[in-house]
Amino acid sequence: MTASLIAYATYLPRYRLAGGDVGLRRGDRVVASYDEDSTTMAVAAAARALEGHPLPASVYFATSSPAYADKTNATGIHAALGLPYASFATDLCGTGRSGFAAWRAAAATGGLALTADVRVGRPGSADERLGGDGAAALLFGDGPAIADVLATTSHTSEFLDRWRSPRSITGEQWEERFGADRYAALIRTAVDRTLDETGLAEVDHVVVACSNSAIVKRVGTLVKALKSTRTSPVGFSGVADAGITLASVLDVADPDETILVVSAFDGCDTLLLRTTAQLPLARQSTAVSLQRAEGMVVPHLTYLSWHGLVEFEPPRRPEPDRPAAPPAARAEEWKFGFAGTRCRQCGFVHLPPVRVCRSCGTVDEMDAAPVATLHGTIVTHTVDYLAYSPSPPMIQAVLDVDGGGRCTIEVTDAEPERLRVGARVAFTFRRLFTAGGVHNYFWKSHLLDTGSENDGKPRDQ
Amino acid sequence: MASRGINDRVGVVGMGCTRFGERWDSSTEDLILEAFAECIGSTPNIDKGDIDAYWLGTLGSGQSGLTLSRALSTDDKPVTRVENYCATGSEAFRNACYGVAAGAYDVVMAVGVEKLKDSGFSGLMRTDPPSDGTSPELSMTAPAAFSLLDPAYCAKHGVHPDEMRAAMTHVAWKNHDNGSRNPKAQFRSPVSRETINEAVKVAGRLGVFDCSGVSDGAACALIVPAERALEYTDTPMYVKGLSLVAGSSRASMDPEFDFTTFPEVVKAARDAYGQAGIDNPGTQLSLAEVHDCFTPTEIVLMEDLGFSETGHGWKDVLGGNFDADGRLPINPDGGLKSFGHPVGASGLRMLYEAWLQFRGDAGDRQLSDPHTALTHNLGGRPGACVSFVSVVGRELGR
Repeated sequence: MTASLIAYATYLPRYRLAGGDVGLRRGDRVVASYDEDSTTMAVAAAARALEGHPLPASVYFATSSPAYADKTNATGIHAALGLPYASFATDLCGTGRSGFAAWRAAAATGGLALTADVRVGRPGSADERLGGDGAAALLFGDGPAIADVLATTSHTSEFLDRWRSPRSITGEQWEERFGADRYAALIRTAVDRTLDETGLAEVDHVVVACSNSAIVKRVGTLVKALKSTRTSPVGFSGVADAGITLASVLDVADPDETILVVSAFDGCDTLLLRTTAQLPLARQSTAVSLQRAEGMVVPHLTYLSWHGLVEFEPPRRPEPDRPAAPPAARAEEWKFGFAGTRCRQCGFVHLPPVRVCRSCGTVDEMDAAPVATLHGTIVTHTVDYLAYSPSPPMIQAVLDVDGGGRCTIEVTDAEPERLRVGARVAFTFRRLFTAGGVHNYFWKSHLLDTGSENDGKPRDQ
Repeated sequence: MASRGINDRVGVVGMGCTRFGERWDSSTEDLILEAFAECIGSTPNIDKGDIDAYWLGTLGSGQSGLTLSRALSTDDKPVTRVENYCATGSEAFRNACYGVAAGAYDVVMAVGVEKLKDSGFSGLMRTDPPSDGTSPELSMTAPAAFSLLDPAYCAKHGVHPDEMRAAMTHVAWKNHDNGSRNPKAQFRSPVSRETINEAVKVAGRLGVFDCSGVSDGAACALIVPAERALEYTDTPMYVKGLSLVAGSSRASMDPEFDFTTFPEVVKAARDAYGQAGIDNPGTQLSLAEVHDCFTPTEIVLMEDLGFSETGHGWKDVLGGNFDADGRLPINPDGGLKSFGHPVGASGLRMLYEAWLQFRGDAGDRQLSDPHTALTHNLGGRPGACVSFVSVVGRELGR
């Protein structure tokens, strides 16, 4: 590995299942909204990680819950981030191992490693109770390092612990104690080898990601560290688990500390990092603990309907048409990049882009006006109880964007009663609906005080 | 450059309009035939063979002129199908009038029809071209789009939401009350204010009683040169002004736009008033049929059409100014609200009420000596719409 870690960020969705609904004695369960998937959450984490950094030339996107097969999901992320045409974006679909593969690739070439997962369990299952949805982004490159890569190791082993049919959204597990036994041995071997190869007696922090919950329970006795041994504060988040947990360490670690990431999925991979003096200056703007603390409870039945585990009566409205490929491709900068146009003659901002200025009539004299990272103010709003939505009612607002521009757009992650004229919003890339197997990706707004997205607070530097 | 208008150049000599409603047993063809039969039946000196050309307005109940030529078996006459959202019926009428005013035809017919209740869905259906899937018009329903007027109007004019709610309720109450005296209306029972207020919500603060009726229906008009109108009837209706504005949709992107007005309506009204020589619509008009698709729309229209001062529409509504016995009766036939809104037919239905009122045929809702009427028909939504305004009169030269 040649490149260093120069930035990181996580995205945790805003919705929570009440602990009582899923059999948790305390706490709750982090769940992606109906309009989120691994792609949209990766976009959110990536946008936070890229803030203030040059755009990467490679994107490696790993998930076990890809929105598409036979179509690269990373290209949607690439488009939503407005990355240059002449760059690489690929998927690595599988287990947490695919996440580690994304890290290895990004560390080798420089680039952005994105891991995201929506973990769905059958009602009443351990996966429903102990899982968590989210995304993590690690940016590797030549900039000021927040952590240097000291070593990696890998061990591979074929045994049956967790599995899932590609056609199913819920997974299976062999008797847990069998896999725990295998993983315990793998983890001990991997940790010993890492320490041997680097000549370290102990590390400051250990991060353990493993799909076997018995390992997660006994991790404190399995791997020792001077300062902390951590598993995900979110619950098991699949491919994103190691990244979210690593981020929770980077949120608090001091300079010149070692962090050993142990990623145990059908084998065991390790990554040993040493933090630098740059870390305290470049932590993510909202720590994992804060992202975890905020939340809005979704009724269990509603949540199950989001994943097709129960089916609600639909509104008496026709289902929308699937987005058409040629118009979507022509509108890539708008639909995915959320960029309008600004008239060079009079400055009028058009959301969406148009060729003839709506204000002065000038033709084809437009500059791009990207608005994805800007904020806006609600001018007027409504709750549409009649509209087709995967999770009615649909909330719509007319917004004025800071610096110019007006659009009508959905509001997400909000209780209708919190809408008001003058409320401040930011933008988030979401999936409006799926029709004919085509996901209709576009941007929505969310109320800024919900903390569900980048809240615009400056990074502490 | 301005629209010169065709003041007093054409006259309406016959009209027909079906009962609007859930016409489960009637097809599009049946509805066309029903309106046509009434129209032709009331004009003894014209039969089908005398009609030189047709304009058919329908949003989605058929395509091309064949929808009408097949239904009526029109003997190889020209039939032009027009579509302009909810202003479709008015648009058929407007273009038919121009066909006569241009001297191209002696007798033409404008027909509007819509068969909405066959779809099995609530509200209006859209048939949109393939798209990138980002337009809010694809997802947001019409009641939601028009409900945006309510919080914006309250905020701009400092109207308490309860006062605005009362004004919206008054619009619904008034139009249902008017419709109860109209045997062709979809809803023919008065509705109490409590029922209106407590109705299940559709979008924002709009309940089902704040929304126009979804219905089937058809209406039509026979148009001839004004100088020949008296050959066909003793009581023709003369066209004084016709205007149509299709907005650039600038407002939907313009931070200056405040969702308390329809700029397209203001411009269409100014044009039509200019053509008709109307300086003071509040006193020169005897009645107006306006596009009360949703209750806040009618409040805003009172201002945009010049019947109320800006910011006073809600107060004038509450004060009864636009009731059947008020200073300017608005939607005496019940409007879209209770007469119903079969899209392609609505514009012609509005003209039908003016026709009946001028002839003294409006039954229990007959106004005293009406001589000039306005019809206003809107398509689209706040920020991007088409707006039609006509002024029609009972007498030439007035």
